[in-house]
Amino acid sequence: MQYTEKLIEHFKNPHNQGDIKDADAVGEVGNMKCGDIMKVYLKINNDKIDDIKFETLGCAAAIATSSVLTDLAKGKSLDDALKISKQDIVDVLGGIPAPKFHCSILAEEALKKAIENYKK
Amino acid sequence: MPRIYFDNAATTKVDSRVVDAMLPFFSDEYGNPSSIHSFGQETSTAIESAREKISGFLGANDPQEIVFTSCATESNNLAIWGIFNKFKIKKKKLHFITSKIEHPSVLQVFKKIEKLGHEVSFIEVDHDGIIKLEQLRKEIKANTVLVSIMSANNEVGSIQPVEEIGEIIAKEKIKRQNKELPIFFHTDAVQALNYLEINVAKIKCDLLSFSGHKIYAPMGIGVLFIRKGVSLEPLMQGGSHEFNLRPGTSNVPGIVGLGKAIEILDSEKEKTISKVKKIKEKIIHELKDVKDIRFNGNPDKQLPNLLNISFYGAEGESILMMLDMEGIAISTGSACSSGALEPSYVLTAMGIPVEWTHGSIRVSLGRFNSEQEVSTFVTSLKQIVEKLRQMAPALKQ
Repeated sequence: MQYTEKLIEHFKNPHNQGDIKDADAVGEVGNMKCGDIMKVYLKINNDKIDDIKFETLGCAAAIATSSVLTDLAKGKSLDDALKISKQDIVDVLGGIPAPKFHCSILAEEALKKAIENYKK
Repeated sequence: MPRIYFDNAATTKVDSRVVDAMLPFFSDEYGNPSSIHSFGQETSTAIESAREKISGFLGANDPQEIVFTSCATESNNLAIWGIFNKFKIKKKKLHFITSKIEHPSVLQVFKKIEKLGHEVSFIEVDHDGIIKLEQLRKEIKANTVLVSIMSANNEVGSIQPVEEIGEIIAKEKIKRQNKELPIFFHTDAVQALNYLEINVAKIKCDLLSFSGHKIYAPMGIGVLFIRKGVSLEPLMQGGSHEFNLRPGTSNVPGIVGLGKAIEILDSEKEKTISKVKKIKEKIIHELKDVKDIRFNGNPDKQLPNLLNISFYGAEGESILMMLDMEGIAISTGSACSSGALEPSYVLTAMGIPVEWTHGSIRVSLGRFNSEQEVSTFVTSLKQIVEKLRQMAPALKQ
């Protein structure tokens, strides 16, 4: 199982890592039993993602996909952000080992959940 | 940056004395040991000398009980399939006994045998990772032909009661006299050889596997001890090498290296044991105050060179990769590190909750480690676990 350099770079220095105390929406997926937990915090202004941060418990791929997700979502309108797919995340990383593909699904789902929670 | 290698249960560095012993057997003494000319006789003599050393070390009766293979996986396959294929001709359902924590090269062979319509009992382990001896005793049936239990586990280092098992099987053998099916005992001693007394007379085993690359010899060489009188069906056809049990031109440099490695192991065993023990104790001492940590396995029933540690709320593969960035090598039982995304079956069999198996790492020490490496390792490990916990969402325990 080999990670791309890009993935390792995101793992080493993840972007937008942390929490937002006064977040407008939060989305959390995964659980302790499955081993990966991802939590996305959003600051939203005029239906646009002004700020996004993540917290992740998981492997290198889980952390790197979270990091890429936040890069892709930042500054986007909520509608555009909902269009971010797992493949978009994998493409930025230049590929991901097959068994790790589920990590990119989690990242996509965490964002969708946060937006859903906001719209509720 | 000086690197630290704490993954000796995966493989060991080849000892330079082993390399020196092997070197002449590449370009100076290169004859095929099966050849009758002097080139062949030189290498044949070297092989037999290694065979004698290994036989002596294991307490075997005869050097001919030592068969060279390519690795322990092959030895395990030869042992199990060898017995299976020998006795399946009787057209009866055969029964086998093994444990839930064997190496995949044992477990997966038995899973395959099960699929072929035969029976296999997978013995459970207790919280320390030690097999339940009473369960094993009860599982023995009239059609049990082979019991395969490892001498020590590769993930948690739990030491198995192989001498007691040998005793149970020996008694069963007496009962079986004049019966149609015999019963045999195999043990995978790969992890045990460096640190436990492995004597085939004491263990009363019929078959025993180990490999070179865990004892400072190179990869690509393994051994199966086969007690005289135990007859196996070979895995491959194609020659009379290794007493008709393992065809193929002998790996002469590998065998010579293995012989040398055994010689060194024999003379330095006590010294290495006391060295790794000290390093292990130091690691435990310096880590024991870390929050939400657990040491898997019972140090009193565990190999002296091996530690399995779980950190709650920090994932094992991430710990491994961050340590690697600082030049420190360990391994992990985290689900994320296995291709199948399943958490370690060994830790699971021990009843360790899955939230803890995800954050497990294995530290395995060896001959070339030193006490000076501990503080660098512990400092890095603590920082990394702290960093990963910081990155994780707040956890409820």
